[in-house]
Amino acid sequence: MKNSKNLSEPLIRLSKNDAMPPWKAWCVRAGAVVAAFIVCAFIIVILTGYNPIEVYVAMFKGSFGTSGKFWFMLQKTAILLCISLAVTPAFKMRFWNIGAEGQVLVGGLATAACMIYLDDALPTVLLIPVMIAASVLAGIIWALIPAVFKATFNTNETLFTLMMNYVAIQLVSCFVTIWEKPKGSNTVGIINAMSEIGWLPTIFGKKYLLNVIIVIGITIFMYIYLKYSKHGYEISVVGESENTAKYIGINVKKVIMRTMALSGAICGVAGLLIIAGTNHTISSNIVGGQGFTAIMVSWLAKFNPAVMVLTSFILTFLGRGASEIATTFRLNESISEILTGVILFFIIGSEFFINYKINFRTKHIEEDKK
Amino acid sequence: MKPAVPAIELRGITKTFGKVVANKNVDLTVNRGEILSVLGENGSGKTTLMNMISGIYYPDSGEILVDGKEVSIRSPKDAFDLKIGMIHQHFKLVDIFTATENIILGLKDEKGFDVKRASAEIKETCEKYGFEIDLNKKIYEMSVSEKQTVEIVKVLYRGADILILDEPTAVLTPQETQTLFSVLRTMRDYGNAIVIITHKLHEVLELSDRVAVLRKGEHVGSVVTAQADESSLTQMMVGKKISLDIERSEPKNPTDRLVVENLNCVNREGVKVIEDISFTARAGEILGIAGVSGSGQRELLEAIAGLQKLTDGKITYINPKTGTHDNLRNKTPLQIRNLGVRLSFVPEDRLGMGLVGNMDIIDNMMLRSYQKGHSLFLQRKAPRDLAERIISELDVVTPDANTPVRRLSGGNVQKVLVGREISSAPTVLMVAYPVRGLDINSSYTIYNLLNRQKDSGTAVIFVGEDLDVLIELCDKILILCGGKISGIVDGRTATKEEIGLAMTKYSGGERE
Repeated sequence: MKNSKNLSEPLIRLSKNDAMPPWKAWCVRAGAVVAAFIVCAFIIVILTGYNPIEVYVAMFKGSFGTSGKFWFMLQKTAILLCISLAVTPAFKMRFWNIGAEGQVLVGGLATAACMIYLDDALPTVLLIPVMIAASVLAGIIWALIPAVFKATFNTNETLFTLMMNYVAIQLVSCFVTIWEKPKGSNTVGIINAMSEIGWLPTIFGKKYLLNVIIVIGITIFMYIYLKYSKHGYEISVVGESENTAKYIGINVKKVIMRTMALSGAICGVAGLLIIAGTNHTISSNIVGGQGFTAIMVSWLAKFNPAVMVLTSFILTFLGRGASEIATTFRLNESISEILTGVILFFIIGSEFFINYKINFRTKHIEEDKK
Repeated sequence: MKPAVPAIELRGITKTFGKVVANKNVDLTVNRGEILSVLGENGSGKTTLMNMISGIYYPDSGEILVDGKEVSIRSPKDAFDLKIGMIHQHFKLVDIFTATENIILGLKDEKGFDVKRASAEIKETCEKYGFEIDLNKKIYEMSVSEKQTVEIVKVLYRGADILILDEPTAVLTPQETQTLFSVLRTMRDYGNAIVIITHKLHEVLELSDRVAVLRKGEHVGSVVTAQADESSLTQMMVGKKISLDIERSEPKNPTDRLVVENLNCVNREGVKVIEDISFTARAGEILGIAGVSGSGQRELLEAIAGLQKLTDGKITYINPKTGTHDNLRNKTPLQIRNLGVRLSFVPEDRLGMGLVGNMDIIDNMMLRSYQKGHSLFLQRKAPRDLAERIISELDVVTPDANTPVRRLSGGNVQKVLVGREISSAPTVLMVAYPVRGLDINSSYTIYNLLNRQKDSGTAVIFVGEDLDVLIELCDKILILCGGKISGIVDGRTATKEEIGLAMTKYSGGERE
């Protein structure tokens, strides 16, 4: 009986839910996190047999257990936040910059080059400004190339920026073989390990404090730039509707290029912080996928720099906690990745329930008739 | 004559989108062995109605009967199982496949997949109805008319015996139209039911057996074509003259403000969308532009606003203060503003062009003014005051000025947009469909605003679709048809029939 099946309206219908108040939306998000931890608890018990509470405590300790761990966590958050801030104006403009990885890498490469070639040529007071300029410039060039092609030939920026990542990785690999030290190790080793020339200074006895302060500065700058400057306003208009931008006479091409230059510049700074402020070495995987994680941080925060402090913290916390439980309980890395995946799934999934209402079938008129 | 066998019966079909009623209580019958034309102005609900038969929309209430049995059509697949096939204006074909491949694509066949047998069967279908087409040609090598043929053969081959065509001749040359008509007639003679949606009167008279006329979502009646003529159909389509009581003042010493000469422009496909358009908009007058939508109204306004490249023509602006003549052709909106031309434009696409839906009212006020001054930062004080003023003066219903405009209702969105555009004391004001989707009260608010602009010496250009409004509001009405001017009439003496006829008077083969 095909026809009788045909007679009722669809079982589930989705409709847009525009007007959820912010407090309610945050409740949904908090609920999602709680639900995620409950589901994870079951997964832990089923797969490992450990007490989930103990696992969670270990996770927490992994990030906050000691002062060292705390600072490490803080600096990780700062770097991720810095890259997230960099991609934010681009994404707000709906320019899919998935090339942050490469832009950070070339920024780091420029920094490393300055540290290696100019270590004797310039006094530290001059060297650091040169390093900053070089890393920023490198980031800008890397971001501007796809932007120019997008603006003039309307090429697909997603593919273009992605490809630029691989070019950057190969470029760094190439320089690693040139700078190899000691020979045959295929690594650069700690640059200027003895003289510490070109290393960002330690202030107040805290190794990473300068990194954190710089990123806080960028966060405040980005918040003001996006919300209160004319440039920020133009970015929003272009992102929301290119037609409107043309209608009011915004030069869309110019905005695309200017915004990508800014995005690349901050990526360059992130590269500087990683090389000169943290690791003091370079390798092709030194950014470690943070250029992609940053996209998630930015979107989860809906491009609000203040909220991004929170989202970058959560993502770093999950990552740190995951590797902590892997070592404490001698578990395979995979279990911690499963947990991270489940938690993110719930957080991102909760946005669906914030944006949509689910309507179930209410009427069965046709069937009643029969 | 044989007794009519109904293929589809619609009973009391109603469909609403939000507050807009697209179809209201429509009863309609489509018979087998008959070509039915569904005639109506834009927004009269023709396409919505047909989309409900073909499973794209689901009616809010009412019944659909196919071959006398009640059915529920929830998806195009359901429609297909009932042998209903619709040919849309935009073709859904895979470019790099051949005609045959497109026709059999996605088809479930119990007997296994056999291209050879399938193409033999398709050939048979073509010969039966008299289609002339090379089935091995790839879609991207085909002309529009050939693509359309593939779409029709596709639904026929798949067994449809009820065909719905949405404005099939809009993309065809006169010769191609004749070929299509003869094929449609053959199909009818084989006992198929055919529905064509159109607003071209001469085609209705030439092709169809019966005409169903829709007006404002309602079915106003069906007539046998043999007993109808152009003027009787126009009358059904536009309805009786309704008095709206819009105040219209006499223009006070009108002077030329905007002189448009021989405008020509082509769209991305290279088709001429406006052709040799010349007119003069005068200060202190409202110039109406009538025409079925897609007759070039949008391109014309966008060309004046600096958003559309022209292939030929001249747009001269006469500055009321200095008396200088400036050519606005191919200038960007910014260059036009920098010339000192206070040109305001309320586009048809309010949330996609005139406003940014996700921004609040204050930020939307800033769109026009934010660039002023040398500060790097935004000044939100003046836009906030403007937003508050518009909210109170135009009675915008909103929680506050910080509400995103997409949360406002259609009428309030329009008030925000029109309010902003007239706040800069424009010398030329262009509005496109300003009352579309608005209730009566909001519409009158808009008419009054336009009249006040006219009285203060602005040259107002009003693109509308409701002929009653055009006749009562405008001093002069320019009628567009297929991108050309098909008439200029005086708003005070014109009749609806006169305008309605000019709107549908395609002068032979007008489109390339």
